[in-house]
Amino acid sequence: MADILLRLAGVHTHIGPYHILQGVDLEVPRGGVSVLLGRNGAGKSTTLRSIMGLWTPSEGEIHFDGARIDGQSTPAISRAGIAYVPENMGIFSDLTVGENMTLAAASGKMDPQRLSWIKELFPPIATFWDRPAGTLSGGQKQMLSVSRAIIEPRKLILIDEPSKGLAPAIIRAMTDALRQLKETETTILLVEQNFQMAKSLGDTVAVMDDGRIVHAGTMAELAADSDLQERLMGLSLEVHQ
Amino acid sequence: MSSTAIRPKLVAASPAERLKSAAPLLLAPVLAGLGFAAIGDGATWLTLTVAGLAMGLMIFIMASGLTVVFGLMDVINFGHGAFVSVGAFVGFTVLAWLAGWTQSPVVMLNLLAVFLAILASMAVTGGIGLMFERVIVAPVYGHHLKQILVTMGGLIVAQQLIHVIWGPDAIHLSRPPSLQGAVIFGEAAIEKYRLFAVAVGLVLFVGMRHVLRSTRIGLLVRAGVENGEMVEALGYRIRRLFLLVFMAGSALAGLGGVMWGLYQETITAHMGSEIMVLVFVVVIIGGLGSIEGCFIGALLVGLLSNYMAFLAPKVALVSTIALMVGVLMWRPQGLYPVVKAK
Repeated sequence: MADILLRLAGVHTHIGPYHILQGVDLEVPRGGVSVLLGRNGAGKSTTLRSIMGLWTPSEGEIHFDGARIDGQSTPAISRAGIAYVPENMGIFSDLTVGENMTLAAASGKMDPQRLSWIKELFPPIATFWDRPAGTLSGGQKQMLSVSRAIIEPRKLILIDEPSKGLAPAIIRAMTDALRQLKETETTILLVEQNFQMAKSLGDTVAVMDDGRIVHAGTMAELAADSDLQERLMGLSLEVHQ
Repeated sequence: MSSTAIRPKLVAASPAERLKSAAPLLLAPVLAGLGFAAIGDGATWLTLTVAGLAMGLMIFIMASGLTVVFGLMDVINFGHGAFVSVGAFVGFTVLAWLAGWTQSPVVMLNLLAVFLAILASMAVTGGIGLMFERVIVAPVYGHHLKQILVTMGGLIVAQQLIHVIWGPDAIHLSRPPSLQGAVIFGEAAIEKYRLFAVAVGLVLFVGMRHVLRSTRIGLLVRAGVENGEMVEALGYRIRRLFLLVFMAGSALAGLGGVMWGLYQETITAHMGSEIMVLVFVVVIIGGLGSIEGCFIGALLVGLLSNYMAFLAPKVALVSTIALMVGVLMWRPQGLYPVVKAK
């Protein structure tokens, strides 16, 4: 049986009058990449925000690395070892790239070796180090957002649609970088609508619809079965490649 | 990265972009130039300009805390004026205790007494700020209308408490001898206290810029102004930062109260709420949450008020409002708007 790093059990989340998550059950094995798929509005981003404590679940439990974290504050969840790359990237545009990175190293100092590795992984981080982050392109901001998440070793990284709005060449570069990150055995929970990217990175996959997980299994199984894709998503995911 | 790597390029900003960014910096010198052209007499212009800078920098001291509190915490604090008044009264009390030093002809003793009065005012108003945030502001985070109502209520309570402690009458506050009188430059007479106020304001601005630009806590404040949620997601407890910034903002208002009280030489419980109109004008002109914008806005308001009081006293009162309208027509978010995450 796989070692489960993150487990959501019957999680419900309300946002104002809306009942967004309606009993999410999800397991993320330690190591590798788990992908969360689903149409717009299925509840993927809300799932990540609920894990981070940015929305408080109204029901259910979230366990991370053996400890229950639902109801804890966002800073406490972050310090437990979860990094978050939001859909809007969450870049501090008034701060320079270097200052964004400095703040992300919450323990104080950046490890020079790790920083060199990140600069190699994402060259714009080095090139634009002293530039305000607001002047970066969309792809460069996404690289900065991921770089912030990995400037310190984390047990789990939540990444929300890193390919959204990016040019194909940037998506390929981002996929390469995430693949290298995966080789470091960092656990990643990736929300993604680009099936090509999801397929090339994912080990396990869960599909959401209407605030629930409607399928969970291996990515290889889903990628090989177009009928399953058709049934789960309402249309072939291959169309989105 | 592998073969798919994208080569990043550094592209210099165009002259038009640089001009757009730097344009607000030119406003104060341009206004000073226009003032010189309109006044005609160099000595009068110099006197009015120093008076305008002194007034502007004292308003900046009071407004800087308010703008950071608004930018970081999204709190509209109509009670900010209470800290100005309390600061002035605490300063008056300390200066009265240190009457031997304040009336001494020795410059260092005078300055030390003012320094201790400022320190005590900042400590008291910072402490009151702590209680104000916990008791009055914390329950209404995210509700602007309630914030306006409860902070106005807090202001009224503070004013009444001042009446209870120091009495209802206006109190005369004399400056120490070394801050009285004027320095003569050519034909211009410049009040010593105004030079002192300019020096304090500039030191404070430089210090605040240093803290905000070069320290970790400053980075956190700037990041929190833009996206507090992401600051929390990075592991920082933003509520502690809120409290710290609110206390610092209240302490700065206290400092402003002492400076303004010594400038006016009369203090009342309502002095804070009276100056708040100009403080809000400065904060709005600068762009809510922007220290640099607040600084430029304060200089513009100070200079314009003094020039207009000399040139056309009847329109002096509306000149700052007209300035605000003009700036907002040019830049609807203020001179240096802070980008908020959506």
